[in-house]
Amino acid sequence: MSDYNFAYLDEQTKRMIRRAILKGLAIPGYQVPFASREMPMPYGWGTGGVQVSAATLTPEDTLKVIDQGADDTTNAVSIRKFFEKTAGVATTEETAQASVIQTRHRIPEEDLREDQILVYQVPIPEPLRFLEPSEIETRKMHSLEEYGLMHVKLYEDIAKHGAIATSYAYPVKIEGRYVMDPSPIPKFDNPKMEMAAIQLFGAGREQRIYALPPYCQVVSLDFEDYPFEASKADHACDMCGATNSYLDEVIMDDAGNRMFVCSDTDYCASRRKAGHLGAQAAAASAALKETAA
Amino acid sequence: MYVAVKGGERAIDNAHAWLAEERRGDLNVAELSVAQILEQLSLAVNRVMAEGSLYDPDLAALAIKQARGDMIEAIFLIRAYRTTLPRFGSSKPVETADMACDRRISATFKDAPGGQVLGPTFDYTHRLLDFALAADGEVPEVNRGEARKEPTPHITEFLNQEGLIQREVTSEETPGDLTREPLELPANRPLRLQALTRGDEGFVLSMAYSTQRGYARNHAFVGELRIGKVAVEMDIPELGFAIEIGEIELTECETVNQFQGSKTEPPQFTRGYGLVFGQSERKAISMALVDRALRWEELGEDNLGAPAQDEEFVLYHSDNIQATGFLEHIKLPHYVDFQSELELIRKLRREAMENTTPVQEAAE
Repeated sequence: MSDYNFAYLDEQTKRMIRRAILKGLAIPGYQVPFASREMPMPYGWGTGGVQVSAATLTPEDTLKVIDQGADDTTNAVSIRKFFEKTAGVATTEETAQASVIQTRHRIPEEDLREDQILVYQVPIPEPLRFLEPSEIETRKMHSLEEYGLMHVKLYEDIAKHGAIATSYAYPVKIEGRYVMDPSPIPKFDNPKMEMAAIQLFGAGREQRIYALPPYCQVVSLDFEDYPFEASKADHACDMCGATNSYLDEVIMDDAGNRMFVCSDTDYCASRRKAGHLGAQAAAASAALKETAA
Repeated sequence: MYVAVKGGERAIDNAHAWLAEERRGDLNVAELSVAQILEQLSLAVNRVMAEGSLYDPDLAALAIKQARGDMIEAIFLIRAYRTTLPRFGSSKPVETADMACDRRISATFKDAPGGQVLGPTFDYTHRLLDFALAADGEVPEVNRGEARKEPTPHITEFLNQEGLIQREVTSEETPGDLTREPLELPANRPLRLQALTRGDEGFVLSMAYSTQRGYARNHAFVGELRIGKVAVEMDIPELGFAIEIGEIELTECETVNQFQGSKTEPPQFTRGYGLVFGQSERKAISMALVDRALRWEELGEDNLGAPAQDEEFVLYHSDNIQATGFLEHIKLPHYVDFQSELELIRKLRREAMENTTPVQEAAE
């Protein structure tokens, strides 16, 4: 594609973003301000992740883009197309084949490796934002390591509801220093954040980048007597039978019957290919055999 | 049998094809040309240039056509295009005192050198639908006057001479660039003015209006409002001097605000400043009022806690491209977050029910 520079952004801009990424990796969990550019997709639709991916991609990379764990959701399709067009890189839906994975709201089920980079799209990078609306104040709180407000919030949740009423974007503390927003992933994914791959977080509208180097310590905030719990729907996947994957709930009919399927579409498909069948898939294949016979 | 939803790609292609068809509308009606938009919807073109931060009437007109008249969408197209443009230099500050004014009015002096020139304004039109315009838009011949040759001095200069109005501090420092550096707070006035001039017209208008209604009232007079063309000059290193590279239309508004004096400043008039691409006077006046409200600290005034005084609030929420993007992103799938909320709600409800059941039993 000759109309655009490789991966759309000009080299100066990419250099500026790479500097922010390096600073982020050097200070894990710290939100580095960067001069976010207007992208040809709207703010709030992954412009931060797109800019980080653009600055990260090389022509040899293989890119995977997921939204809600799926490669086929409309915005994932749109972002993948954008890089196919502007960077001409290879794309894949297979987690293991990808060298760069851009994600919104999920971490793939399959363990990532040291030669992979996971890029998160982040709407509101500030974990303290809904406790304190002012950026001036929250930056001050981070620099003073003043996280009492967050603990009070979690405590009040327990006092009111008997549990911490945060189910996604569950705050984490990095290497005992910065409290960080993991982006709106379900808290089920939080433990996966201690991983072999590099994790980069881009918030375009809010002009922030932050990062986690491999094997960085990531602790979900909790209390001794109310320990953090990574929860998911109490079912197995009806398609592939997986009991350890995060599930989407799908409404099947007018009567409101539900089924549960893996939100990570690649994980589910590869398990089915390997012969694992969930309740619904097994019933369907039995029915199919019956008609054939 | 459940089949995982596939076909996002085809759905997107089909949506785009339908969108293109809707944009064109009924094929029996002549297609709108970019030149027609440029010539006959020029105030829309001006707004797109101002909030798109790019002075290019042809591209702004094209954007309006492509966006089916959705102004924010058109502004977005221009912004996204603008970021791809290389920077090959910066112009010298434009001299609005040398503006060739189409319109120039003052609400503070009945007459002043240069006079009151109404220009092409809606101000004194009666807002009656002109049904004749539905049939044909021909305009009668009009009288033409001689253009003023000499420059038109700024009204506030006269107050300046008497020392009645606060002097602006001049600085040789190169101002920051909102579009090239991350916004860090507290910002300074150049950054605030940049944010306001490209800010959403509706937002800036409402902020300004709120100051008029008492949220940090700063009682503004329109000292001067001028609209016209100014030359853009640029130093060319190879030549060693500045040359004129073109001209742009601007609207400039200087407000004169009452000021009783503060702990640090004597009683004097103070200023608010608005400068916007094209003929955009509602925006320029609004900008001046908000600029003035944001200057409370510099003038030693009290922070009344009004929204228009809150730099962080104004700067973080004035950009309609940021706002609309984030607002509309809630259309995107949130299955995963919603699923985790579903489970949480079910769990909390189950626990709440368990806690209340024994009481009910006792009552029975």
